[in-house]
Amino acid sequence: MKCRVCRGPAIIDVRRHNANFCVEHFIEQCERQVTKAIDAFSMIAPGERVLVAVSGGKDSLALWDLLHRLGHHAEGLYLGLGIGEYSDESGVYARDFAAARGLVLHEVDLRRDYGYDVPRAAAATRRVPCSACGLSKRHLFDEVARQGNFDVVATGHNLDDEAAVLFGNVLRWQTEYLARQMPVLPAGNGFPRKVKPLVRLSEREMAAYCIVTGIDYQVEECPMAAGNSHLGYKEALNSIEERSPGTKHDFYFGFLDRAAEAFREGLAQDAAALSSCRDCGAPTPSDRCAFCRLVERSGGRLPEHDGHDPATATGTPVILGRRERP
Amino acid sequence: MNVRLRNPSRTVQIQGGRSVAKLLNELGLNRETVLVIRNGTLVPGDGFLEDCDEVELRPVISGGAA
Repeated sequence: MKCRVCRGPAIIDVRRHNANFCVEHFIEQCERQVTKAIDAFSMIAPGERVLVAVSGGKDSLALWDLLHRLGHHAEGLYLGLGIGEYSDESGVYARDFAAARGLVLHEVDLRRDYGYDVPRAAAATRRVPCSACGLSKRHLFDEVARQGNFDVVATGHNLDDEAAVLFGNVLRWQTEYLARQMPVLPAGNGFPRKVKPLVRLSEREMAAYCIVTGIDYQVEECPMAAGNSHLGYKEALNSIEERSPGTKHDFYFGFLDRAAEAFREGLAQDAAALSSCRDCGAPTPSDRCAFCRLVERSGGRLPEHDGHDPATATGTPVILGRRERP
Repeated sequence: MNVRLRNPSRTVQIQGGRSVAKLLNELGLNRETVLVIRNGTLVPGDGFLEDCDEVELRPVISGGAA
């Protein structure tokens, strides 16, 4: 197997591109795909400050590394979710990555800063842990971005993630979710812009990128995610992909090119109806945001309202008790 | 060869050298879902694994949807 670029020995085959790459040209290929996604969807403008949501897993660390290599100002945000040893180890990977590269890592710890954790929230709400986890992440990414005056929040969602979410949303015709499933969600109504620069790269390529660049990451699966429907969708899509390489890419990018527009009308109506959470000031469709309701039900400490107006986003930055590393 | 598997972490012994494709097939693993690593280096799909190799089959799937 030879590298498509230099004809040297290849270390990986990327079947959907019908191509093999050596280490050097595989890294170049990953950089090229991220650049292409950023440019095609106007994700990040030159000079903008990027907050990377870092979990300690392969995707978020690879994303942070790639954005740094490509010259973007990217700082990390790690959320301590309180999922036992898994969270403890994940935090170590994130901190070690940042320290080795001299990058800034912000941290929020659910237990320390809000008095609850994901297992406790799942028990209190009697819903799957991924629900409380996702809700907490989305709220705190927005909040830290606002407080730190970041222009954009970048997450490590890759092609497999997006194809699996799309698959699940189509199976149940979740039209409101289909309207939001874009590689970029623009800023507005108090929310920062959110981008997914890895949408042109697969999960397998991200794991390979970490291995060839020496990024140490959390390989073990989140114990709370085992058996969730998202993994089932990925398994189904991978069975198809094995027989028909390129299916996941065609499914997702075909949706973006030919179907996504039809679902956008509902998204505009939702945005127009947002007001300010009475407890924390975050944008919400009701008088209290879902995060504050979750914290209260979990027996945690509600965040303090700092007086910011989500419509104008001109509040005074406050610190949540997060630590920063140089 | 010793083959390390993950989730849960365990090691199995496979007798005799064979191609990557054959090993994955015998273990019932989809090539889209794992990477084959030998001495810290990726082994491509047409690679051959020797009987004395220490091999890791690393899953690439992560379960978070949020």
